[in-house]
Amino acid sequence: MTEDTKFHHGDAVSDQAPIVEMKDIEKHFGNIIALAGVSFDVKPGECHCLLGDNGAGKSTFIKTMSGVHKPTKGEIFFEGKPLHFDTPRDAMEAGIATVFQDLAMIPLMSVTRNFFMGREPTKGRGLMKRFDVDSANDICMEEMRKMGINLRGPDQAVGTLSGGERQTVAIARAVYFGAKILILDEPTSALGVRQTSNVLATIDKVRSQGVGVVFISHNVRHALAVGDRFTVLNRGKTLGTAQRGEITPEELQDLMAGGQEMAELEGSLGGTI
Amino acid sequence: MSDSAQLAGDERVKKEPFLTKLMKRPELGAMAGVVLVFIFFAITADESMFTLAGVMNFMTPAAQLGILAIGAALLMIGGEFDLSIGSMVAFSGLFFGVCVVTWQLPLIVAIPMTFVFAAIVGAINGNIVIRSGLPSFIVTLAFLFILRGLSLVGLKAATGGSTQLRGVRDMVENDWLAPFFSGEAFGGLFAWLAANGMIDTFKSGAPKVPGVPVEILWFIVLALVATYVLLRTPAGNWIFASGGDKTAASNSGVPVSRIKVSLFMLTACCAALVAIITVIDAGSTDARRGFQKEFEAIIAAVIGGCLLTGGYGSAIGAFFGAIIFGMVVIGLTYTDFDQDWFQVFLGAMLLIAVLFNNAIRKRVTGER
Repeated sequence: MTEDTKFHHGDAVSDQAPIVEMKDIEKHFGNIIALAGVSFDVKPGECHCLLGDNGAGKSTFIKTMSGVHKPTKGEIFFEGKPLHFDTPRDAMEAGIATVFQDLAMIPLMSVTRNFFMGREPTKGRGLMKRFDVDSANDICMEEMRKMGINLRGPDQAVGTLSGGERQTVAIARAVYFGAKILILDEPTSALGVRQTSNVLATIDKVRSQGVGVVFISHNVRHALAVGDRFTVLNRGKTLGTAQRGEITPEELQDLMAGGQEMAELEGSLGGTI
Repeated sequence: MSDSAQLAGDERVKKEPFLTKLMKRPELGAMAGVVLVFIFFAITADESMFTLAGVMNFMTPAAQLGILAIGAALLMIGGEFDLSIGSMVAFSGLFFGVCVVTWQLPLIVAIPMTFVFAAIVGAINGNIVIRSGLPSFIVTLAFLFILRGLSLVGLKAATGGSTQLRGVRDMVENDWLAPFFSGEAFGGLFAWLAANGMIDTFKSGAPKVPGVPVEILWFIVLALVATYVLLRTPAGNWIFASGGDKTAASNSGVPVSRIKVSLFMLTACCAALVAIITVIDAGSTDARRGFQKEFEAIIAAVIGGCLLTGGYGSAIGAFFGAIIFGMVVIGLTYTDFDQDWFQVFLGAMLLIAVLFNNAIRKRVTGER
């Protein structure tokens, strides 16, 4: 399973310094402790998978990483320096791009307008500074073509795209804006087989450009197909990080469920989860 | 994903007929409405309605409403409502009147002060909506009454018991800035056209239409600027994004709160502009000024293709929506119909527009 994947090329883990290092992150919402001490780091050119069951705190954690939430406790180091993000925009400008589970796409708006939302290319100066619609349209069509999607036109509304296509728009957008870190929140959870393999291939392509990819998933098979390192989150805590090749799908599955009841299920399902 | 397939285009995409493309424009409904209303009055109304004088006659109320409707449309695209704009017309009219009559300020001071004052009230409105997370419908409904009440109380305080503040005209008559906010523009051109027999004149030789009322020019300029901002600037994209999905927008780095508060300030300033124009025109201000204009402005915006849920619409649509409104209000006086049909007409237009917009939106987003 871990050896014959077509989505993994090149070295497993670089020994470079991490781009982002998060230590003992805690996040409380009122009396709810969503994160109770999570440590995580991402190195350039690796795909670090964050695994965990529903409610484990995966989404809360990446929202902390991308500046949506401020951690209640804990430290964030960006390229070795301590850092605080006040807004998602700060994180984006530092080079952390996130493809959220809800995709941050607006169905009524065109693909181009979504693609450049918040970062519109402009031309002209002063009062004449304006949204450069023509070059935005060209770039958008070109980037989508690279990802294997032919749009009807740049003014096609996102609402008319399929779930997989929307996902691809979101990834293409993040990659285009030169992210150092690309956070993908369950990018394959709603996709068909072919679209999933497209997304996994895209992750491999992005990683080979030296971008650190954080791949959040609860699907062990998708994670093992592309990941270099695997960190398991359970009930708001990290249970440890494993290198590629050091861990079997069964062990990962067990960790994700916190060791409860999974052994039995595994047997009855023939280990195909 | 091969290159040749891309060059050939997607074989599964049918060619789109021109009509379908046109159907996807948000302002189409309003344009079709203008044509329909025009045909209706061309048949039923006295022919003087579509002479130059008649057109100016219905364009003037259309412009006064349209200035409000364009502000309301931008705010609706940004995902919020402002029910207080009608009261805001009265309130900023009062402030302007007090500036000019009581404090005897020249227009160059009084007008900017009125805009700043309106913008502050708009910012208060917007900040309450943003910070509380309450629907803007409720917050601005409260301000509809608060501002109307304050206008009454303020007028009585300023005049010593009257609900009308007179004497504005005497104070501004010789102000150099007054022609920008009152009367007619292009008087010279119209006089020349009259002298050359190209437009109708009175027996004395003076043109029947002395010029274009300034509010019509403000209305057109505002519609063009708003359309440009919406379609060709980053801020326009942010307005659509804020109204479409504010979480998605702010996750993508759009300053949603700033955009929304700015839009509330803009609608308040539109109300102030209407107040200044109408107060100078009438020479006085009173507490009923702008009564129910908030509903009419929203109706014009909706006829113009704005969705009540935000994220979709156009300023040009609101422009045509306001013209429909003006044509219906004034047009009925040129017909044999009872004028009170106006409200029936307006309600029916609104209902048709909403049904139409709903169908259009489903087509655009490909909902099935």
